[in-house]
Amino acid sequence: MSEATITPAMLSTAEVARAYREAKAKRAKRAGLLKHVFLIVTSLIMIYPLLWMLASSLKPDNQIFGDLGLWPREFQWQNYWAGWNALPVSFTRFFWNSTVVTVLSVIGNVISCSFAAYAFARLEFSGKTIWFALMMMTLMIPYHVVLIPQYLLFLNLGWVDTYLPLIVPRFLAGDAFFIFLMIQFFRQLPRELDEAAMIDGCSPFKIYWAIIMPLSLPAMATAAIFSFIWTWEDFLGPLVYLNNIEDYTVPLALRSFISSDGVSQYGPMFAMSILSILPILLFFIIFQRLIIRGIAMSGLK
Amino acid sequence: MWCAGPGAYWDTRMHKFLRRNFAGYAFLLPWLIGFFLLAIGPILASLYLSFTKYNVVRPPQWIGLDNYAYMFQMDQRFWKALQVTFQFVVISVPLKLIFALGVAMALDKGIRAIGWYRALFYLPSILGGSIAVAILWRQLFNYDGVINSVLRLFGGDGPYWLSDPRYSLWTLIVLAIWQFGSPMLIFLAGLRAIPQELYEAAEIDAAGPVRKFFAITVPLLAPVIFFNLVLQMIEAFKSFSGAFIISGGTGAPLDSLLFFTVYLYNEAFAFLRMGYASALAWVLLLIIALFTAIAFWTSKYWVHYENERG
Repeated sequence: MSEATITPAMLSTAEVARAYREAKAKRAKRAGLLKHVFLIVTSLIMIYPLLWMLASSLKPDNQIFGDLGLWPREFQWQNYWAGWNALPVSFTRFFWNSTVVTVLSVIGNVISCSFAAYAFARLEFSGKTIWFALMMMTLMIPYHVVLIPQYLLFLNLGWVDTYLPLIVPRFLAGDAFFIFLMIQFFRQLPRELDEAAMIDGCSPFKIYWAIIMPLSLPAMATAAIFSFIWTWEDFLGPLVYLNNIEDYTVPLALRSFISSDGVSQYGPMFAMSILSILPILLFFIIFQRLIIRGIAMSGLK
Repeated sequence: MWCAGPGAYWDTRMHKFLRRNFAGYAFLLPWLIGFFLLAIGPILASLYLSFTKYNVVRPPQWIGLDNYAYMFQMDQRFWKALQVTFQFVVISVPLKLIFALGVAMALDKGIRAIGWYRALFYLPSILGGSIAVAILWRQLFNYDGVINSVLRLFGGDGPYWLSDPRYSLWTLIVLAIWQFGSPMLIFLAGLRAIPQELYEAAEIDAAGPVRKFFAITVPLLAPVIFFNLVLQMIEAFKSFSGAFIISGGTGAPLDSLLFFTVYLYNEAFAFLRMGYASALAWVLLLIIALFTAIAFWTSKYWVHYENERG
């Protein structure tokens, strides 16, 4: 049958459907290719600044600017050594300080936020609805609004120039985001577990410790990871509360690179910048799945 | 016996009340302390301080509405800070959301290596708040930096991004857009929830991609768009470290990077004008509350939730 003899009336439904499917598959293939090109180009642009920073951390200062290349002509490894000791106090100290603050903050956040979340998700008590509404409202409050009175409070307690203002609030469930995240998770756990345990005579504390906690490890881990990343990157808190260079956390120390007059220190500055984000990068690579699920679940930052 | 008196009545009631509420409040206790000492207490305290003159050294001195009067009538920098912050919010948030939605749509419908793309696109959001990235950004937008080198490749001549007040805000807008990862992930989850049959039905009716986008994707995604909009708006009003680092802590050049938060920080901690800074803090709180309220109020005209349609 030549093509000329085909009239619309002669096309069977099956032929129409096949033609439609073929056209669709062809279109989809072309669209798929376009999409990949778009995605690859976009991700290269996204990632380029970070790779450029990595490359610059290994270049001599006079080759950093005006050079778009990502492969240093000569590897200047001593940038890392120079950066590590560029400030009056070495970065060993800054990394240790950051580690102390971050580890304690993570512990505080996970414990106190899971306590609050357990109360909201599983226990009955009078006034619960009001407290819950208030808790959700604190999500909106900018840190800048409470900063000044908090500062004055800690100043009066003599806590300025210590890590207490950075750590103690974490033990008081200061981050409502994490409470919210955990409530979402706790609510998915079957209530029958609690009820069965209650009938067996378990106290709420026992239920929290023996049932809720072990079953909620993914939620705890997600909160711990975000808490780690945000505390490690936190700048405003340390900026306000820490004035002595020996107490500086890594972000504050990095900032001294640009405020000090040492102009020809770009290589070492980038070297330390790379080291400062290394822990976060590692966490991201290892826990990527948990992080991405956590955002989809709660709309975190 | 004597224990049958009113005392015993109260005792048992008290006992019952305690037994019913003890565990709940015990678990809530850390949060309650934090709520009063670090959230609601400070908010009220800063309201009080906003009516005073206070430099930390001498006790606060009540001056009524003077701070607010000065702010609205005399303080040029306050208006400048408002203008810069609004400009940043109004430009960066829509661009970021459009970008996030575009990439999410490209990633939707089972593309190969989706995990890799997702991770790569999310990475900047996780690093974006760090000082390392702020420092990097300063150097990228240097006159000899990467951005101008790229422009030169195409024959253009880039401006002095960091020192020319006409262009400096764009460095931060680009930084904000670069961190489109989390709205993208939320859009992705939203796109997955749209039934494929709708698109197939539209295709049979010969609807083009543009038509499909505006007739199916946008209306069904409206709640997610709304959620992202509110979240990103609040985030943009609060942003601080980028502007602080790139402007060298002062909002320079010519106050073109004077974000509201940067101005507030400087008033409080560089000039120790705690009373005035508290007034600024309250204005910021009200602005954020107002914008959130507007978003919620207008949402009933353009956001329709699945279960409402009956």
